[in-house]
Amino acid sequence: MPNKYKQFGVFSAVALSILVLLLSFNVSFAENTDSTHTEYPEGETESQVNTHEVAPENEKFNAGKLIIEHISDAYDWHIAGHIAIPLPVILYSDKGFDIFMSSAFEHGHAIYKGKQNYALKEGHIKVVNDNGEENEEATSQLWDISITKNVASLFVSLALMLWIFLTVAKAYARNPGKAPKGLQSWVEPMIIFVRDDIAISAIGEKKYKKYLPFLLTAFFFIWINNLMGLIPLAPGGANVTGNIAIAMTLAIIVFVITVFSGNKNYWRHIVAMPGVPVGVLALLTPIEIIGVFLKPFVLMIRLFANILAGHIIALSFFSLIFIFAEMNTGLGFGVSILSIAFTVFMGMLELLVAFLQAYVFTLLAAMYFGSAVEEHHHEEHH
Amino acid sequence: MELVKPAFGLIFWMCVSFGIIVFILKKFAWTPILTMIKEREESIENALGAAEKARLEMASLKSSNEKILAEARLERDVILKEAHEIKDSIVNEAKSKATQESDKIISSARETINNEKMAAITELKNQVATLSIEIAEKILKSELSNNDKQKTLVKSMLEDVKLN
Repeated sequence: MPNKYKQFGVFSAVALSILVLLLSFNVSFAENTDSTHTEYPEGETESQVNTHEVAPENEKFNAGKLIIEHISDAYDWHIAGHIAIPLPVILYSDKGFDIFMSSAFEHGHAIYKGKQNYALKEGHIKVVNDNGEENEEATSQLWDISITKNVASLFVSLALMLWIFLTVAKAYARNPGKAPKGLQSWVEPMIIFVRDDIAISAIGEKKYKKYLPFLLTAFFFIWINNLMGLIPLAPGGANVTGNIAIAMTLAIIVFVITVFSGNKNYWRHIVAMPGVPVGVLALLTPIEIIGVFLKPFVLMIRLFANILAGHIIALSFFSLIFIFAEMNTGLGFGVSILSIAFTVFMGMLELLVAFLQAYVFTLLAAMYFGSAVEEHHHEEHH
Repeated sequence: MELVKPAFGLIFWMCVSFGIIVFILKKFAWTPILTMIKEREESIENALGAAEKARLEMASLKSSNEKILAEARLERDVILKEAHEIKDSIVNEAKSKATQESDKIISSARETINNEKMAAITELKNQVATLSIEIAEKILKSELSNNDKQKTLVKSMLEDVKLN
């Protein structure tokens, strides 16, 4: 066994260093695109020139812009350099559905004419008139359910999850009662971990079964998406779990499950904590009611902030290289050694955080469920 | 602020796809996997239980074997002891019988000897009587060989017989 761990250690170290290298390339490509964009006004071959404002020729490397672009959602999936995969845009308004590929916007330089006129402004799709002026009223009535970079990445992760767990389920069906093999032996300890150390320990032996499918799915969903976010190459690299919409949806699901599985005992403890004087109750009950909403809110913030921070830190270290390289090429090389060393360290940390956040989220969710279904068993206290 | 503004599209797709994935995984992955793990755990538990039971049975078998052995040993001892007793009793009986027999023989011998002795004594007595008669005859013959002597004798005899 120890030999396997050692191999894994070596493997992860190699993977990380590759990751780090690729990340640095990605950043450099991104920077290239920025600079090429700024060159458009001069190049006669570019067709979008007319829509582009004239920018200063030597635009400074903008680390903040780069980082924000990396961690926010987008309508196309930037792979490397000029290569980007267009993704479907799906819009719904009272005029009906409009479905087209994001390439129709030509990186925000063109207007797409569907049932309405759409344009991409500052990363958002707006309804515009023929002159490209925004129609704010129509925009506010627009339902945007496009397959963005994050949605596509979400689908990839979910497909990966489906593949992993259906394969594992098949392996179980194939050799029942035997020791786990391959993928099965990688997944099984995690499943048992979620079952024993999260579900059973937080909810209790009697009622954990009902919540286990959600807890397992949430745990692996967060973990796999966190890990995918660490991979800079195309199917990964998106900031899925570090996106507030994803974290919010997960937290809302936890909230809904908690509220709907809350028993009489749970609500009584919130509305009127037994054995507490009325005067204190006036203070305690509002706090408890706020707590019901605060708990999932904190759950959301924790996941969102942790993963987002990880992405920002990794990108910041790389941005340092270019910031220093702009001052002096030699300095850039010098800093790159330091930056890569730091990013390797951060990568290790992020591997841990990826697991830890999945664990913490699932554990806290399980504890909320546990408190909601807890039986009234401490009679002697009141 | 862009970062903390949840996008509707992402929430929509997340709800749809997460719901679907929970459903699919629950039906086709979690339920069978957890059932299998549970079954395997139970079978391992059972196997361990059975092994423990077998171990206990083995131990009880061993102890019962030992018990049987001890009983056999005890029985052997009893039998040996009995045999010893029987031997002793036989020997003793034989001894007592022999003593009795020898006593009987000795006593009968003694009786015979006594009888013989008596017979011998009687015969001796008879012999002595005959001899003394013969001696007396001879003495009488010699004493009464002349008249003087006969007269003296009669005289002495008469003297002995005192007339009252």
